[in-house]
Amino acid sequence: MENLSIADNAPPPQGGQPPMGPGGPAQPPPQLPPQMFTTAAQLLDLTDKKLMLSLRDGRKLIGILRSWDQFANLALQSTTERIFAPQPDAPADQPRGYFADVPHGLFLVRGENVLLLGEIDLDKDDDPPPGYERGELAMVKKLAEERKTLDKAREKRRLKKLTSIGFEGENLGDIV
Amino acid sequence: MLFFSFFKTLIDHEVTVELKNDIQLRGTLKSVDQYLNIKLDDISVVEELKYPHLSSVKNVFIRGSVVRYVHLPAGSVDTQLLEDATRREAAAQQSKAK
Repeated sequence: MENLSIADNAPPPQGGQPPMGPGGPAQPPPQLPPQMFTTAAQLLDLTDKKLMLSLRDGRKLIGILRSWDQFANLALQSTTERIFAPQPDAPADQPRGYFADVPHGLFLVRGENVLLLGEIDLDKDDDPPPGYERGELAMVKKLAEERKTLDKAREKRRLKKLTSIGFEGENLGDIV
Repeated sequence: MLFFSFFKTLIDHEVTVELKNDIQLRGTLKSVDQYLNIKLDDISVVEELKYPHLSSVKNVFIRGSVVRYVHLPAGSVDTQLLEDATRREAAAQQSKAK
């Protein structure tokens, strides 16, 4: 793969090349096939896997990817929303934050709302994130809401200051 | 399309992608598409403790529109080639416009 060229057109395949077998000279292809570099090919690998979705409004969804299309609209099965409530000011012997899951079921997510999706390592899935503890939903929801209000207010102040000296925020309207 | 081709030459290299929400993800570039959506393998998150939702994630698909920077290994970029290709592309665009 080191032989990739910056040109888009791959050289024509050579006819006389023997098929690669075990022990044969492993000739790297001059260029990877273009169909590997499509949105569909990237999502194909993730199909039927447990994914973590990060949405534009800051929500984190966990579910199994069952279907998708060329716009990266996604259908997720057994979706849960995971709410995180970080506690950065907590004393050292207290957890760094809490999280809780809200079960949702089948979700269809419009592609434009997806920031990032990641395949979950099932070996690590059962461990809580480092420093975090599972909390009761109502409590976590309340803490997360408080934190969000705080962050929003801080962001607003920051943007105001930036605007006053001539800068414009790049992701206005998005909490990301 | 030039940068799409350029990113294709960086497949299997270690890159750091910085998102517009300040998350930095370091991993092996596995794939890129025409929207510059990026797929990274074996990721590690800079300031991991700040982003608990990524702690059990091993590979990611990042929407191109949320990427702020891609930090590249200097050694794997042929600047001269890239400059030449840019000029060629610009010339091609210009002749197409006429």
